[in-house]
Amino acid sequence: MVYASSSTKRFSDSASETLPLLAYLILASVLMLTDHRMNVGQQAREKLSVVIEPVWWLASLPSRMWSGVDDELATRQALQDSNERLLHELQVVNARMQRMSAINDENQRLRDLLHAKRNGSLQVQMVSILDVDLNPYRQRIVLNAGTRQGVKVGQAIMDAGGMLGQVIEVSDNKATALLVTDADHAIPVQVARSGFRAIAFGTGDPGSLLISDIPQSADIRKGDLLVTSGMGGRFPAGFPVATIEKLSPNDTGLFMVGKAKPAARMDRGLEVLLVNEIVPSPPSPARVVTPTGKPPVAVGSATPPIKPETSSKPKQPTESPVPASDIDANADNNNDRP
Amino acid sequence: MIRQSSSLMRTLTLLAGLVFQIIPLPSGLDLARPYLLALFLCYWCLETPEKTGLGTAFIYGLLSDLFSSGMLGEQALRLVILAFLVSRFRARLRFFPLWQQALAVFALLLNDRLIMSLLHWLVNDHGLSWVAWLSPVLGMLVWPWLFVGIDMLRLRARERS
Repeated sequence: MVYASSSTKRFSDSASETLPLLAYLILASVLMLTDHRMNVGQQAREKLSVVIEPVWWLASLPSRMWSGVDDELATRQALQDSNERLLHELQVVNARMQRMSAINDENQRLRDLLHAKRNGSLQVQMVSILDVDLNPYRQRIVLNAGTRQGVKVGQAIMDAGGMLGQVIEVSDNKATALLVTDADHAIPVQVARSGFRAIAFGTGDPGSLLISDIPQSADIRKGDLLVTSGMGGRFPAGFPVATIEKLSPNDTGLFMVGKAKPAARMDRGLEVLLVNEIVPSPPSPARVVTPTGKPPVAVGSATPPIKPETSSKPKQPTESPVPASDIDANADNNNDRP
Repeated sequence: MIRQSSSLMRTLTLLAGLVFQIIPLPSGLDLARPYLLALFLCYWCLETPEKTGLGTAFIYGLLSDLFSSGMLGEQALRLVILAFLVSRFRARLRFFPLWQQALAVFALLLNDRLIMSLLHWLVNDHGLSWVAWLSPVLGMLVWPWLFVGIDMLRLRARERS
């Protein structure tokens, strides 16, 4: 008797709980869908920055306190050592700079001869990183500067090693940046040695970038340095992005897939450089493509399209990576013509 | 007075859980971060079910999503499911010995990870690394300390008042 009454009570309890559960589940799913499709989260975070910023500040407190203690406890010997090392590095870098400025002048003269316009100035701003772990499954960092400090969405950030990523969300005093290794990120690159252009996609793993759909004929090797190509105008040209670690054929065997190691330090460093002014990139037929977007392919033009099967070295740098289907369609077009 | 101090403590612990979600941990370990917010929520669902329900879970989950720049609604969904399961089996969980309760919490957290990897898979994200599955284990190990700790704090607050 007692059991029966308790079980009926439990049943009614669960029934009264199931309806709210369903309501909340539906609400959460709708939220997730709208966020996934329309990026509502970003707008909400901008609006609620007054609430979010103090919490971020609070979360970064332990690590800041730790670094404060670390500074206090630094011994005289350690400071002297690091000072000596920095002076040494400065001398090496200065010597390199002297050479670079000579080369830069020469480069400018040559460009003048070619009547190529290029504004070489690049303004950067030093910004510190707020030490909070946003989401371990995404490669994002919080910068300690926002709209008030002149940060804008789309600005490139880099560190001493190379390109780090770009700003995606800005609130009053904070900004969120997407790192080049995030799975949602793609950056137009170029092999420094041969000029072959490609796009490096993030993988979600802080130690690797992926370059897909490389034609077999492309001039790219293990150990090649990838630099930003400046296509699309978002990233300034010529800065290191990654080094090719491995090249392997993809599933179809027609193209190659490259794995690269990022040049910038992907773990949370202390400070980064925010690129203020982006050099307008020279007009070029190639444009940045998204993984799903179709790059322009020259069909029926005077020059024959580059076929992936031919092993001859293309003198002209190839287009951005072309999906296999596009090349095939192109080749068919070519065959149809007499 | 007792009720007031208890509700203050509930808010404080849940807020601490929110902040803990984004406190920087050494890289590599951050994937195995124990889900303290879920543990705190679980505790309050067991102790004060009339005050802590699905609504609380939803709100704190949403806040955590906002702070951690994840997908909006993801943690809200996960915590609502967790709170529902806890309140459903509350009568049994409350009278478990502590170690058995810890095992139940482990099952809850494991279920939470499964939901999470399902959600990530649905939005075409890459899978979770194996380190992420350490999180429920750490949560299980933390649970007894957390449970006894909050109990003692509440007891002391009650004695004082």
